[in-house]
Amino acid sequence: MSPAPSTATRTATTTADPADAATARPVELHGVARTFATPAGPRPVLAGVDLSVAAGEIVAVVGPSGCGKSTLLRQVAGLDAPDGGRILLGGEPVAPYDARTAVAFQEPRLLPWRTLAHNVALGVPRGTPRAESREQVARLLDLVGLAGSAGLRPRQVSGGMAQRASLARALARRPGVLLLDEPFGALDALTRLRMQDLLLEVHASRPTTVLLVTHDVEEALYLADRVVLLGSLTAGAADTSVRSVVTVPGDRPRDRADARLAELRAELLDGLGVPTHHPAHDPDAHHSI
Amino acid sequence: MTDAPAPVVTVAGSSVRATDARGRALPGLNPFSLGLAARPGAGPLARRPVRLALGLVVPAVLLVAWQLVTASGLVAPYQLPSPASVWTAAVDLAQRGLLGQYVAISTQRVVLGFLIGAALGLAVGSVVGLSRLAGALLEPTLGAIRAVPSLAWVPLLILWMKIGEESKLTLIAIGAFFPVYTTVVAALRHVDAHLVEAGRAYGLRGARLLGAVQLPAAVPSVVAGLRLALAQSWLFLVAAELIASSMGLGFLLMDSGNNGRVDRMILAIVLLALLGKTTDALIGLAEKSLLRRWA
Repeated sequence: MSPAPSTATRTATTTADPADAATARPVELHGVARTFATPAGPRPVLAGVDLSVAAGEIVAVVGPSGCGKSTLLRQVAGLDAPDGGRILLGGEPVAPYDARTAVAFQEPRLLPWRTLAHNVALGVPRGTPRAESREQVARLLDLVGLAGSAGLRPRQVSGGMAQRASLARALARRPGVLLLDEPFGALDALTRLRMQDLLLEVHASRPTTVLLVTHDVEEALYLADRVVLLGSLTAGAADTSVRSVVTVPGDRPRDRADARLAELRAELLDGLGVPTHHPAHDPDAHHSI
Repeated sequence: MTDAPAPVVTVAGSSVRATDARGRALPGLNPFSLGLAARPGAGPLARRPVRLALGLVVPAVLLVAWQLVTASGLVAPYQLPSPASVWTAAVDLAQRGLLGQYVAISTQRVVLGFLIGAALGLAVGSVVGLSRLAGALLEPTLGAIRAVPSLAWVPLLILWMKIGEESKLTLIAIGAFFPVYTTVVAALRHVDAHLVEAGRAYGLRGARLLGAVQLPAAVPSVVAGLRLALAQSWLFLVAAELIASSMGLGFLLMDSGNNGRVDRMILAIVLLALLGKTTDALIGLAEKSLLRRWA
């Protein structure tokens, strides 16, 4: 297993139980490409995406909407297949609906007729003895703070609770790679902050490789070891590739108001084409201030 | 609809619970009190007994009108006998043991035919709804068979299976098959693709995916299809019994028509109405509990 960067290793080993640590897998993308067929003709989305994520690392993927972030994530999960290039999990190619991965989708996607506990149980690998499965579900529900709501149906709980159940379901798989597709995007600002801390807690207690797609630059900087900026390499090009990779300084949990993060935030937002009016980056700064 | 537990007045469910979970009366929970009356849909019509009573108004009016028309001599008795004479005909048939036998055999045919047809509809509908190949292969043919009017089958079925129970059950099963088949196909094709993908992402495939995600998601429409199928079964029962049978309500109808026993014909029609309504109400109850569980 390839060595993880220092921050990730530290987080990963604090309260890890060995069985869990063994499952974290590195992810490698080599020249991944994807073109969608549309009525208006083929539309290239991804081209030549190279990325290497160490086992236990948290990597956030940001990029303008429609740039193929989610497609990339779905490919790592085996929900979609690249037209070109290779994706390896722990050195082996991704299989369709790869069992080594677990996805928490943008929407909770819970089965409305099942209780939260039974929804989480869906994530428990098949073949797990019933008693063990029940115990695992109870532990995960406790971990995400839903122990008291185990018997409720998805429509009886708030969006944040449903999203936590969805996270617990993903964790129940004991995934080598946890894939999060804008999991907190639809939540209110306060719940989102709580969920981010919950994710860090979960990652500390059950280390796994995390690939997080988000449109929230601050979220990326708060959670990730590295932030990958996707976008077109040349102006006007339709397809997306890795434009830059930013290593986030500081150990988690980080100070949300860290000045270094503010710098990176401005840099990333610039990369996303959003003017930030940050003194160090705003070209007009010396005029306006 | 509110998610609050225990002693609420359920708006659609029509049951006004004036007691708490342990059956103790709740103080001040009068459905006509201001707070509850202000709730939309919680008027007297939300209460089951009230609605049941209102549902009986029209039949009662019809009965009275029937009695008045026949008593006044406006219509000749050989065209429309009085309610009392229909009752007499019923008692007469019952004393000969025929009424119970006819009702029993007709109900048995409907129930068996319905079960066979619905089970087949569920199975074939699942295959066609889930597999594109099966859909392309079977859908056009089944669509054409569906277009055949029920009575058109009767001579053929009699030729093939003789005038036994098989031919009747087959006809009723055909009648029950199609509503279930069409609703299952449509429902399975419209299951939320997101849920199906989530199911697949969590390792569900084939029969497991069908049982865990697709069928449960289709339950509400499938139940509606089953209800339709039951109504259709009664329809096809009469078609089967009208032409070739020696007992049953359809036979009673046909036989009485040939003998000019209008009283028995009306009796058969009233019984068909009552039985159809009763089985529909039973499946309605099942629907209610299924929807509570799955929707």
